[in-house]
Amino acid sequence: MTTATQEPPLLSVMDLNVAYMVRGESCPVLRDVSLDVRPGEALGIVGESGSGKSTLAFSLLRYLPDNGRITSGTIRIGDVEMTQLSHAALTHERGNNVAIVYQEAGSALNPSMRVGDQIAEVFRFHTSAAGDEARSQAVEMLRSVLLPEPEHLARRYPHELSGGQQQRVVIAMALAANPKLLILDEPTTALDATVEAEIVDLIGTIRSQSNTAILLISHNLGLVARICDRVTILYSGRVVEQGTATEVLHAPKHPYTRALVASIPRFGDAKGTRYLRPIPGAPPSLDTVTQGCRFAERCPLAQSDCLAEEPPFIALGEGRTVRCYHADDASPLPLTEPGDEFPVTERRPEVLQLRNVTKTYKKTTVVHDLSLEIREREIFGLVGESGSGKTTLARIVAGLVEPTAGQILLRGRDVPRRLSRRPRDVKRAIQMVFQSPDSTLNPRHSVRFILQRAIKKLGSATTVLELARRVRLDQAQVESKTTRLSGGQKQRVAIGRAFAGSPDVVLLDEPVSALDVSVQASILSLLVESRRTSDASYVFISHDLAVVRFLADRIGVMYLGWLVEVGDAADVFAAPHHPYTEALVSAIPRLRSSSEQVSRIRLTGPMPPPSADQPGCRFASRCPRKIGSICDTEAPPWRQTGNGHKIRCHISPTALTEVQSGLKS
Amino acid sequence: MRNYLLSRVGQIALTLLVVSLLVFVLCQVLPGNLAQTILGPHATADQVAILNHKLGADQPLWTRFFSWLKGFVTGDWGQSQLLQEPVFGLIMGRLGDSLLLAAVAFVTIVPISVIAGIAAGLKEAGPLDRFVSIGGVSLTVIPEFVSGVVLLSIFAIGLHWLPVTAVAPPGSSFGVRLEYLILPAIPLAFVLFGYIARMARAGTIDVLAQPYYRTAILKGLPRRRIVVSHVTRNALPPTVAVIAGQVTYLVGGLIVVEALFNYPGIGKLLLDSATGHDITVVQAATLTLGLIIMLANLLADVLFAVLVPRIRLGGSR
Repeated sequence: MTTATQEPPLLSVMDLNVAYMVRGESCPVLRDVSLDVRPGEALGIVGESGSGKSTLAFSLLRYLPDNGRITSGTIRIGDVEMTQLSHAALTHERGNNVAIVYQEAGSALNPSMRVGDQIAEVFRFHTSAAGDEARSQAVEMLRSVLLPEPEHLARRYPHELSGGQQQRVVIAMALAANPKLLILDEPTTALDATVEAEIVDLIGTIRSQSNTAILLISHNLGLVARICDRVTILYSGRVVEQGTATEVLHAPKHPYTRALVASIPRFGDAKGTRYLRPIPGAPPSLDTVTQGCRFAERCPLAQSDCLAEEPPFIALGEGRTVRCYHADDASPLPLTEPGDEFPVTERRPEVLQLRNVTKTYKKTTVVHDLSLEIREREIFGLVGESGSGKTTLARIVAGLVEPTAGQILLRGRDVPRRLSRRPRDVKRAIQMVFQSPDSTLNPRHSVRFILQRAIKKLGSATTVLELARRVRLDQAQVESKTTRLSGGQKQRVAIGRAFAGSPDVVLLDEPVSALDVSVQASILSLLVESRRTSDASYVFISHDLAVVRFLADRIGVMYLGWLVEVGDAADVFAAPHHPYTEALVSAIPRLRSSSEQVSRIRLTGPMPPPSADQPGCRFASRCPRKIGSICDTEAPPWRQTGNGHKIRCHISPTALTEVQSGLKS
Repeated sequence: MRNYLLSRVGQIALTLLVVSLLVFVLCQVLPGNLAQTILGPHATADQVAILNHKLGADQPLWTRFFSWLKGFVTGDWGQSQLLQEPVFGLIMGRLGDSLLLAAVAFVTIVPISVIAGIAAGLKEAGPLDRFVSIGGVSLTVIPEFVSGVVLLSIFAIGLHWLPVTAVAPPGSSFGVRLEYLILPAIPLAFVLFGYIARMARAGTIDVLAQPYYRTAILKGLPRRRIVVSHVTRNALPPTVAVIAGQVTYLVGGLIVVEALFNYPGIGKLLLDSATGHDITVVQAATLTLGLIIMLANLLADVLFAVLVPRIRLGGSR
């Protein structure tokens, strides 16, 4: 993008200050934010929740809540000064010159209007097109975001589309009026890994075909690395570091950026090779007034000058700035976690066995004839995309869903299918932690009450404080109501509750996917650490392969109700692996610049309806390695590759190794 | 959608069967001797026996129930003891009058309440919202017999703007008949307004919190388009459900208002028959009203499904 640097910026934000009125006080949310995006360029805005990154996105569109206000600064898009626009001019600008795509595509679409009509609306009000012309242009937009059968799709309602299709429709809608600036606010957060990869491809296509400037807001550093040319790091409403994506993400200078990069599990990090470093503490609340650096309180390198006065921007080179006095201090960030070795689990006896577990709802098979063993003290990662049946499987083990057939054995003893039939010691032995702690903790109860009740119900000898200490909640948090806790703290309570009765197996269903990266790191470390003090095995369910790779000893991969591969983590992530696993692994966004990306496998072809009881392999319709009609007609056999690693595929492991390592060279 | 409708119709049939059994038990079995109940305490034993035989009350319970049910289904609803008329024709005639009154109340108040509710919701906590919310609650909690009497004394007796009775002289034009219905319709409308406007308001506020409302704004659509296609369209379904639910209330309200204004609708008929021990009419009228309530709810379900594509086209994938 060296040629682009000569052009004048399309978006130019200068000293932008935004404040919210909270209880009569004006709290600054964005302070002196300045940034530029040139035509055709992609800028990434990275920050945790509360950093003000979404406020920034909506400020650019002048869409702030009633108590929010731009207090000073300028926002220029093209030759329009956004802060000065009248309401009518603003309506013209929105959708026409600036468009936004945000997280929940499903709820961003009007549920009672056909998707084609929702796109046609943009043409109708921003161009001279009307009626049929607008409608046919909408179909063309759907075609341009590579949706199959656009004429047919335009007549569908949002609920009839998959999550990935919905996001494509939202992107098509945003691009309809050919905006100069496209803002993407966490566009893939709610999507599966392979769908995310498709959307990333689509954004790449858009960039190559138009000169649209892109502002990508995300906490996903891998995604930012893949899409963006330059990155701006936002902390507590301030820009703390700016530069090219490669420089900022590979040689971060600001201690916050360094901490952020260190807190995410990178792909390729196997367990035991590297620590995740959670950032201690939390960002200062909006109304906290500080004289010095906003990060100083959490910064391991902070010195007295950091507290006295806020550091200015220090230029480190062309377009690279950092707001830190000690950016040249390369001393390593001290470890914030105790201990420095991971227990390596040897082969231990099996604690939980699933035998031929099947769950069907009417004609839909959600879990198909699945057999699996979980060993003592192991972390078993269960991976798969939405609809793979992984959550249903966990719920079957937890007794929340009754299987249609099959057997569950706990230490060789048959476990009743229904929770109400399970004796207390079985209930104690199998515990579950859910994705969203918000909806599983009663908001009217204190943490103490919740933990106390769990201890009492499970007949355990531990105390509330002992339990709280284990999940690192302090005395004040124990006494407070759950509504006053942050997402990460609530998840700690949920984990503490699961550990109240020294369980044998803890089922964790996406326990960190709703949390910020740095908080995610602290929960993951907590899980690793609590294994040192407990004999529990974990079944860790996630769609985030990097997290699973970091945490799990063994991994099982599910696709549409079938277990397609199981084995030690290292074996599953290396060739030979199942073609579906291969596609998943290649879809992981890595913290490399776009030129270094490994070639990615794209899954095409339709997903079979889960009801179709076809005789062949479930993955056959999308498999890039399909060998012929045998895949459609015969169920693939399990093939052993040694060390307990097995793959369910018609292709032999040797042949798989050949094609899969051939791809990488 | 078809399966859904069929299952709803099945449910309704089953519910009606239970209702008919309840009505039968309450009217014929629990009071004890049917003819005694009808004829009163001063009837002779002979008279009682003759009437019991005439009514078939000397037959076994199940036989009586099923023959009554069969009669009801085939339109043979029996003879009114009090008015000496076939019950079917009697009820249908009165029902027509009641429906006219209910329709006047409905047609006037539904559009007003929906528009007021949406306008209030769009400017939550604004002056109009305060007015609609507080006014709605106040009107809802005033019983019809209170508002009816007050309105009657002010507009009919005091100011002479409107007639005191609800029935126009025979041979009056439709317009005149409507004029006579205004006063009795208002107490019904009062209560409806509160429910419907509050629901439309809540539906609107709910939509305004949805991301698709934000999408519509950030697409740069004009305000009117947003309110009509994106807000109203999605605020309506729950309101429709409430409106149909109010039919149940309307039936109860009708009895009170019809008695108050001496209006010869089905409510008044039910009241008169009950006080006059005209069991045949009470049974038939009660079951008819039950049928109407069920049909109104079915209509609401159909309308809801038509308005919500997710339901109309089957669940999400």
